[in-house]
Amino acid sequence: MARRADCTTSTLITPGPIEMTDSAGPRIPRTLPRFSATFDPHTIAEIQRAAATGIYDIRGSGTKRKLPHFDDLLFLGASVSRYPLEGYRERCGTEVVLGTRFAKKPITLKIPVTIAGMSFGALSGNAKEALGRGASAVGTSTTTGDGGMTEEERGHSQTLVYQVLPSRYGMNLRDLRRADAIEVVVGQGAKPGGGGMLLGQKISPRVAAMRNLPEGIDQRSSCRHPDWTGPDDLEIKILELRELTNWEKPIYVKVGASRPYYDTALAIKAGADVVVLDGMQGGTAATQEVFIEHVGLPILSAIRPAVQALQDLGQHRKVQLIVSGGIRTGADVAKAMALGADAVAIGTAALIALGDNAPEWEEEYQKLGTTAGAYDDWHEGRDPAGITTQDAALAARLDPVKAGRRLANYLSVLTLEAQTIARACGKSHLHNLEPEDLVALTIEAAAMAQVPLAGTDWIPGKNKGE
Amino acid sequence: MSTAVKLSDSTPVVFDLANASLRELNVALQGLDGLGQSAWSILNPRGAHALAVGITAAVSLSIEGHVGYYCAGMNDGASITITGNAGPGVAENMMSGLVHVLGDASQAAGATAHGGLLIIEGNASGRCGISMKGIDIVVKGSVGHMSAFMAQSGNFVILGDAGEALGDCLYEARIFVRGEVASLGADCEEKAMTEEDRIILRNLLKKSGAKAEPAEFKRYGSARRLYHFHVDNAGAY
Ligand SMILES: Cc1cc2nc3c(=O)[nH]c(=O)nc-3n(C[C@H](O)[C@H](O)[C@H](O)COP(=O)(O)O)c2cc1C
Repeated sequence: MARRADCTTSTLITPGPIEMTDSAGPRIPRTLPRFSATFDPHTIAEIQRAAATGIYDIRGSGTKRKLPHFDDLLFLGASVSRYPLEGYRERCGTEVVLGTRFAKKPITLKIPVTIAGMSFGALSGNAKEALGRGASAVGTSTTTGDGGMTEEERGHSQTLVYQVLPSRYGMNLRDLRRADAIEVVVGQGAKPGGGGMLLGQKISPRVAAMRNLPEGIDQRSSCRHPDWTGPDDLEIKILELRELTNWEKPIYVKVGASRPYYDTALAIKAGADVVVLDGMQGGTAATQEVFIEHVGLPILSAIRPAVQALQDLGQHRKVQLIVSGGIRTGADVAKAMALGADAVAIGTAALIALGDNAPEWEEEYQKLGTTAGAYDDWHEGRDPAGITTQDAALAARLDPVKAGRRLANYLSVLTLEAQTIARACGKSHLHNLEPEDLVALTIEAAAMAQVPLAGTDWIPGKNKGE
Repeated sequence: MSTAVKLSDSTPVVFDLANASLRELNVALQGLDGLGQSAWSILNPRGAHALAVGITAAVSLSIEGHVGYYCAGMNDGASITITGNAGPGVAENMMSGLVHVLGDASQAAGATAHGGLLIIEGNASGRCGISMKGIDIVVKGSVGHMSAFMAQSGNFVILGDAGEALGDCLYEARIFVRGEVASLGADCEEKAMTEEDRIILRNLLKKSGAKAEPAEFKRYGSARRLYHFHVDNAGAY
């Protein structure tokens, strides 16, 4: 906006100030207040806040600025040389099997959209139950988080993935053995290289007991695992986890997108059954804003290098790839899969489906100094929707049955949308989508996703000199 | 089990890792219910990783030699003696039981463990007792740097010296040191020894067969200054 206004002014033919006169004498035009693009109102407010408090901004949710994303890709659909499948009549498969490499008991999901790890502590017990109900209704998995396994989620999740995090809060043998898969968390897209945070407001007696911490403290969990460092150790850690669970359970390794080629290759080398790759858009319960917005790669740029590593090691489709970070629609699901992922995971979108940021709580969002759609103070535990809180009265607002139903509906829509696209591309299974089905709207997206710029055969960095 | 030879009721089951795999051993041990077959002797461990992990029966095991990473990991009830040295993460995340290392232990001994007792006759390397969550640890020699880092609860007794940054970012674990402390980590401070401390310490010294008196020890704990974010503490992070 600002720049366009500049252009117009500079093209004025009359040089010098414009003088206007009327009966009252000369009128000097006023310069309009103009916000800086560099020091925009948000930036200024943040400087003022930092100066007043001396502490960085902590918030939940993922990156808020615009990044190259799946929106920058399009599917081509069918044409003379490709014919489509009939909607509703011709089958388009959606199931995915995870853990086929080493696990004695791989898991089969009916849809390739899983619920990402979100801790009890960050989320209320009712929210965890609702996630379990919704996911199980459509045949997919949920994941524990930094804080251990609760009865709510084990009881209501048909397939539950147990996270092994640096903090090891609540980690115990019984829960490890009653999980359906194990996820070793190396990093998270919102904060690759960062540890967890749970502020005092959310360290309720139950959370404190589960984590073995004093109530009400600002809990910082570590960013490195306590008993292993580097890929060679990871291999031995994975061996131990397999020995502890009779080689039954698929073992995932989750990394934040930063060096996806090497991280994927090293996870494969360390013996992972599944690699989980979380882009920088990925949500968090509480992280420094500066971390969320400035560290890591957008998921769009991370999938192809990870798939390349899988292919280079002959493991594509043998070691499964789950990607996450800003997945919202069936189009996003289809695009991630066309780029080579076996499945996706959702965090933020699942919370929204449960009822997070719903307009019905607008009055209360206003009282918290925000508005429905922008609420991200998930770390404060005052969530009007009762999802990111440990306050019993707030948590009771979320009906886990109804919220679970909303999540199941949403997951079904994601699947139907992805199938609609896959059929249009003539694919009888979502896994048959491929990069060839895609083009990019921008040169950046073309380079990152390694698909041609729309209307050309140009993939930046590829087919040079042709 | 062809490789596990039980000689008589009073003699232990002998399992020779020279003739059988780690998998076979762990399957056998994890399948025990604590009734019968209560004493095992494991021969030729040869530094293998993930030995005797996840046992839930109250059996006693003697591993005759050196072990690799994560020996007795997540142990829940067994009494395990390692006659040699132990690699990283011995007794990591132990739930209950006893792990007794007759030699030295590598890094992260007793990491994140919730319960039970870990006794190390020799020295332990860095990060001993890291993120401990209720375990009792007695090291008769010295411990390396960053021991008891973020230790949450439980009791940690060091008869020798402690390396740099002992008890960094400590929560509610109690640390007792008889020798020198190279330096204390952020938010770890010396505390007065209370009667409760003395009882805990005396009990642990007795259980581990250590010849020392509580009066010879200093007690360290959390200053609790980092429990809440505050700009004035930024320098401590
Ligand atoms: C409230 C919340 C809590 C989270 N807690 C964890 C956690 O405990 N462990 C973890 O690996 N990731 C955690 N994450 C990250 C998610 O697992 C996932 O990577 C991310 O949400 C995916 O991106 P999306 O939110 O854009 O779908 C959390 C995310 C949210 C929104």
